[in-house]
Amino acid sequence: MERLSFLHKAERRAGGRRPMAIVGVVASGNLEVLVERVLPSTECVVEIATTAHGFGEVWRAVVADFVERRSPGGLKFSINDGGARPDTVALRLAQGARTIEIDTL
Amino acid sequence: MTEATLSPPLAGAPSLISWYEATARQRLAALLDPPSFDEFLGPDQREVSPHLPIFDLPEQFDDGMIVGRGLLDGCPVLVAAQEGRFMGGAFGEVHGAKLTGLLRAARDIPGVTVLILFDTGGVRLQEANAGELAIAEIMRAMIEARRAGTRVVGLIGGRAGCYGGGGLIAGCCSVLVVSEQGRISVSGPEVIETNRGVEEFDARDRALVWRTMGGKHRRLIGGADLFAGDSVDSFRAAAITAIQRAEPFSQDVLAAEQARLKERLSRFGACTDATEVWAALGIERPELVPAMVTDDFITLANSKQEAHRGAR
Amino acid sequence: MGLDDILVSLFPFGHDVVVADDGLILGSGFFAAERLAEVVGLAKRTALGVEGALALAGRLLEILGRSPEGPILVLLDSDSQRMSKRDELLGLNEFLAHLAKALILADLNGIPTIGVLYGHTAAGAFIATALATRILVALPDAEPEVMDLPSMARITKLPLAVLQDKARDTPVFAPGLANLAQTGAVHKTWNPSESLSAQLQELLMQLDPGGDRRDILGRERNGRPKAAEIASRVEALARSYA
Repeated sequence: MERLSFLHKAERRAGGRRPMAIVGVVASGNLEVLVERVLPSTECVVEIATTAHGFGEVWRAVVADFVERRSPGGLKFSINDGGARPDTVALRLAQGARTIEIDTL
Repeated sequence: MTEATLSPPLAGAPSLISWYEATARQRLAALLDPPSFDEFLGPDQREVSPHLPIFDLPEQFDDGMIVGRGLLDGCPVLVAAQEGRFMGGAFGEVHGAKLTGLLRAARDIPGVTVLILFDTGGVRLQEANAGELAIAEIMRAMIEARRAGTRVVGLIGGRAGCYGGGGLIAGCCSVLVVSEQGRISVSGPEVIETNRGVEEFDARDRALVWRTMGGKHRRLIGGADLFAGDSVDSFRAAAITAIQRAEPFSQDVLAAEQARLKERLSRFGACTDATEVWAALGIERPELVPAMVTDDFITLANSKQEAHRGAR
Repeated sequence: MGLDDILVSLFPFGHDVVVADDGLILGSGFFAAERLAEVVGLAKRTALGVEGALALAGRLLEILGRSPEGPILVLLDSDSQRMSKRDELLGLNEFLAHLAKALILADLNGIPTIGVLYGHTAAGAFIATALATRILVALPDAEPEVMDLPSMARITKLPLAVLQDKARDTPVFAPGLANLAQTGAVHKTWNPSESLSAQLQELLMQLDPGGDRRDILGRERNGRPKAAEIASRVEALARSYA
């Protein structure tokens, strides 16, 4: 298992008020993303545990692109990864951010 | 924080969501009255398996078992759902202990119903001893709860089916709802083939797998009480009906089950294939059963094999 | 220790326990002057199929009907569940669950059920018999096995030697009596060179009144670090909503 952690500054706080969201499942080529609203509103942390070793730079790029696009300030993303492709990772991160931003009806 | 733990719903109305394709969280979200689900020891608690790191395998924050409470058609229920995509939904130490705890509580809550959304290959290999024991503890807790009046409804139609020890737990439930995709069996196809040879069971023959272990056969022989289509809506409707049918466990129930299983052996014990069992049930064109649509099949099943009340 | 020797040591006041052709053990014996134990079980490494499970459950129902003081002993030297197309076609899961239910009900009715593992057992047969009893004891040469290491090696694609190496550090996956005792499945290992009847009487005097304590045993023995705590936390959360 390889563990990676990325800390980013975010432009603004993520929308919504939900404290937590979870998307995806851990399986071969898939991942789960746990999103928690636990950080100061201009910070974003992404922590990853992955079965695929040696892809730190790919993760760095995917995460940086995600933070740039979504500005998920205040959110901590915890990922358990079963060796997902970068596009799947990007999709799940976006899904996680979107889910925690949906307010209760 | 009720809704916060739910995954986003799949596109489309609940009736269109495939039970087989949905994740455990998607099933729960669409099965229960929204937004009633409250999770116990949710993923933010990070109660992961302590054993998977030994094998350098990835953890899942809920260890593949989601437990909590909610409302079904306005009635309070305790729920447990297995995620069949994670480790094949297999029972490990934490995964199993969550269900054990839920059932132990249910024993002392008068009139409560427990819904179990099975999706499991059986015992998790990497923690086999803990998983095997978890299954024994779950069965013990379930029978104690049922004896105290708790209704336990099992729902089976997931990707991993309901195999191994999962099949034994299912056999302890008050009522079972199954879809065509819901395979129930102790030894899986590959296990039989590996141990006894391809002549005994050809695991690659999918039609053989479905008709020997699949939901239609289980419904026809009385191994499951209610048949559902492969949609969350259909499972929801069947679960509501199932709660009404649940009976407490007692010595009389055990005696009735003994008679029911004895009759099954004497009626079908000489059959070598499911189609022979179906013919023995009086179905005129048994070869047509696998292709029958849900409503036609339910009509057929109800006419040929009434659910055995109070014999499970 | 073979079955015949076990029966002699367990029942110094006589018994009528027999092993039928199908491997089922049935009968009863006096472990003390006036104290009768009912006996069911599987011998000769017999696989448990639909007929066997139904016959054992039938015997248990008949015993339950008489409301004896007990105990009921489940003697076990079995294979796993019988792996066949026919058994699954007929719904083996229901037959095995039915047998387990009969054993659990006996205990709930106040008749102590005691598993005595003297040989091999595995998988579904283990759950439906020995693991459905109140107390499980073993003789030292018992060989419980949930999953054998060669099969595990095949499925996990790990070399057998690697698995054997990992098994030295944890009791959680590898077969064997010591591992299953450590996880809390086996309560006690009997001493074969002392009277089994005396050890049975001692066990019956020590029976505590209730509840499944195997997860606590597993924690105390460092075999299952989390099960007891997780179960009790979920139980408390579920109760708080009642």
